[in-house]
Amino acid sequence: MHILQLVGVGLTATVLVAVLRPRAPQFAMMVGMLAGIVLLLSVVDSMRSVIQSLSDLATAAKVDHSFLSTVLKIIGIAYIVEFAAQVARDAQEGALAGKIELAGKVGIVILALPIITGVIESLVHLLP
Amino acid sequence: MSPEIRAVFQIAGIGFLVAILHTILKQSGKEEFAHWTTFVGFVAVFMIVIGYVDQLYREIQQVFFLSQ
Repeated sequence: MHILQLVGVGLTATVLVAVLRPRAPQFAMMVGMLAGIVLLLSVVDSMRSVIQSLSDLATAAKVDHSFLSTVLKIIGIAYIVEFAAQVARDAQEGALAGKIELAGKVGIVILALPIITGVIESLVHLLP
Repeated sequence: MSPEIRAVFQIAGIGFLVAILHTILKQSGKEEFAHWTTFVGFVAVFMIVIGYVDQLYREIQQVFFLSQ
């Protein structure tokens, strides 16, 4: 989608949310959430080609493909967790947002663990 | 106008309508009706939004290989 279109969606949703907020806060939250989903959906769609070229590069450089897929998974978790935390913060639930972010951090650590152990193992091999 | 953007306006419209209905019903002394209108409106909006949340989850799962 065109960038101006995306910015227009964001601005329109902002105006709608600002007008709705004092009258019906729950609906304002929903409008904000749906606008975020629309923006993310259109961005994710164009992300596909970026990831395709990244994986082409990884294949050309003969990098282990599991590393790239781990990195992509971590990026995906970061995006979705950020989105959910911002929706929660938008609904004045800062504590819940913090917990969502905590869950995302734990998930990222679990995903990154094989890479960390791999690095440490190769370091140990390098040592005399 | 794509269906997603239409849904944004739809939800805002439902929100305005429900807010106005809530005020009118409250002014005429029908408190329970007012609360039920808000609740039903919220459920309707939630049904619309949940479909898009599902779509977003599927897309992100597909693009970032999260399901494997």
